[in-house]
Amino acid sequence: MMKKVLALLMASAMTLGLVACGSSAPASSGSAPAASGGKIKVGIINNDPNESGYRTANDADLKAKFTEANGYEAKFAYSLKNDEQIAAAQTFIQDEVDYLLLSAADTAGWDSVLKDAQAAGVKVILFDRTIDADPSLYEASIVSDMAKEGQTAVDWLASQNLPEYNVIHIQGVMGSAAQQGRSGALDAKVAAESNWNIVKQQTAEWNAEKAQQIVQSVIDAGTPFNVIYAENDDMAKGAVAALDAAGISHGVGKDVVVMGFDCNKWALEELLAQNWNYDGQCNPFQSSYIDEIIKKLEAGETLSQKTIIMDEKGFDATTITQDDVDNYGI
Amino acid sequence: MTKNSKGNALGVIKAIASNQLFIPILALVLLAVVNLIVDPSFFEIKDVTNNAGYLVKSGALVTILDYGSELAILAIGMTLVTAASGGQDISVGATIAIAGSAMLRVLCGGNSRPDTIQAPIIVAFLVACIVGMLCGAFNGMLVSIFKIQPMIATLILFTAGRSIAAWINNNELPIVPDPKFAYFGGFIPGIPIPTTVFIAAICIIIIALVLKFTNLGLYTQAVGINESSSRLNGINPTFIKFLSFVILGLCVAVAALIKVSRLSTINYSVIAKDIEMDAILAVALGGNALSGGKFNIWASILGAYVIQFLTTTLYKFNVPSDALAAYKAVVVIILVVFSAPKAREYMEMFVKKLNPGRKEAA
Repeated sequence: MMKKVLALLMASAMTLGLVACGSSAPASSGSAPAASGGKIKVGIINNDPNESGYRTANDADLKAKFTEANGYEAKFAYSLKNDEQIAAAQTFIQDEVDYLLLSAADTAGWDSVLKDAQAAGVKVILFDRTIDADPSLYEASIVSDMAKEGQTAVDWLASQNLPEYNVIHIQGVMGSAAQQGRSGALDAKVAAESNWNIVKQQTAEWNAEKAQQIVQSVIDAGTPFNVIYAENDDMAKGAVAALDAAGISHGVGKDVVVMGFDCNKWALEELLAQNWNYDGQCNPFQSSYIDEIIKKLEAGETLSQKTIIMDEKGFDATTITQDDVDNYGI
Repeated sequence: MTKNSKGNALGVIKAIASNQLFIPILALVLLAVVNLIVDPSFFEIKDVTNNAGYLVKSGALVTILDYGSELAILAIGMTLVTAASGGQDISVGATIAIAGSAMLRVLCGGNSRPDTIQAPIIVAFLVACIVGMLCGAFNGMLVSIFKIQPMIATLILFTAGRSIAAWINNNELPIVPDPKFAYFGGFIPGIPIPTTVFIAAICIIIIALVLKFTNLGLYTQAVGINESSSRLNGINPTFIKFLSFVILGLCVAVAALIKVSRLSTINYSVIAKDIEMDAILAVALGGNALSGGKFNIWASILGAYVIQFLTTTLYKFNVPSDALAAYKAVVVIILVVFSAPKAREYMEMFVKKLNPGRKEAA
């Protein structure tokens, strides 16, 4: 009996404690904007900056732009997992940020949390990656057109006029926008042309080592190939390591054409040395675009277009210069 | 007379079947047979000249030995940890990232694109060994002294490890400029067999000598089987558990050397990704109880090569990218179920039932 009473007392004390916490929370967050001195609060959800050189450059660019000196109060959350990103978005909405900047890990599953954001008056700007959600749920999206990147690369490959294209296609993480866009263009071309064949199509999940093993397996099987279409630089590097071990020549005027994406500095140097043939840019510097949009929205202007596609290049090893490496390498 | 010899033959079969090495060898043979039927050229070993201008061996079997090395090395440490603590270390992949990152930090001296290496490779490797063993010691301390479940204790480094690795190099991805560094994950000029095979062999020889000339194996089993009775017999279970994690840390450092050397660079978020699962699977495939106690390190090492054999086979068969993991899972389920002690009991009962029928037929 005594125990029960005690338990009841404890339980009620805890409940009271919870209520107390609950009532104090809005007060503290209400005072936050005043404390930040009219700064614009942004919550930035990004993928893990260690994922790739692209992401490292992207994160560094955002961090350099959204500083207190530029009138921002920025919070960052990183994850490669969609559910963790959604949880972070909910936290930011509760923290009453003014803008939610989002580079989604996966295209699906964002509707409900974006509706919450809209209800809470948080403006959402997508960067780097699009999502499958109603466009009314976000203000703008600043993206790389991955399909266009893929198309540019495939057009370049077609312009090489090889008598036959036997392609090892090394894919990124399946379902990611970069993978879908870059795979789509190649798949379409292979389906359309009779002299384009896929020797091997396999995901290496952006991982150089896996790419190395996949290419090694093709070499071991003795299947002939003359193009490596890797959906990022790391995987192209892994593929080239396998080629080197097997004594297969690659690069300009050699047996195998090597193609990568993202324009890492070291990759562009490989192009300059003519060890690789092509590298497609994926522009990681979105922060100035985002900054501009926020300024416009704050001034009450309407945006002329919702989707802003950044300029992106494709580099050919025969025409690349040291300036290109310095300017576009990430 | 005939009855007697038959009894002997059956006994031999039984002895073979109950040997721990039986399951991994059977799996290896099965994989080999499947490959032989589908494409005999799988076993062909060719001499090719690599782009550095040296003659090297090439072929699927070389690939398996090459890429299986890291896993075999990790399987050594993981077996000891499993036997002593009755749990597994899931931070292996993340600690490879840490050790590899530390190695690159020493080699490149904090500059991501140095023109020459800033320290001898051996120094960098020793630093990586110390870092790996420190990570192991951290895990070991949580498990042995604070009595935390191994999987929970190692969850800490599993979660934080890759970020720590990135922090060591200020989030940069250094590239080692010295071609000599690539020897460890590739070929030493003039030697046609991948260096990784030698590294794995050295590790295996060392652990064989240690198990033969020290009481490590005996003590580890004793602690795994019954901690309190081993303490009563004068063994210090805390130290043995701690030691097993430190040894795994050393294995991790060696694996990190190979991994980082393969491409002379590192990618913190994907290097050795999910390798802990493969290492644990190697231990399980070797028929070792994941709850600790008796162990057979050779079975684990063989298990590691079986996993690599399977991976190489799946790549070869053009399994669609999205389905790769599912295929692997199916094969793993079959192998693990068959190597489970309960399944063995059923098999033995089955053989016994079969036995009288055979006698009548004869």
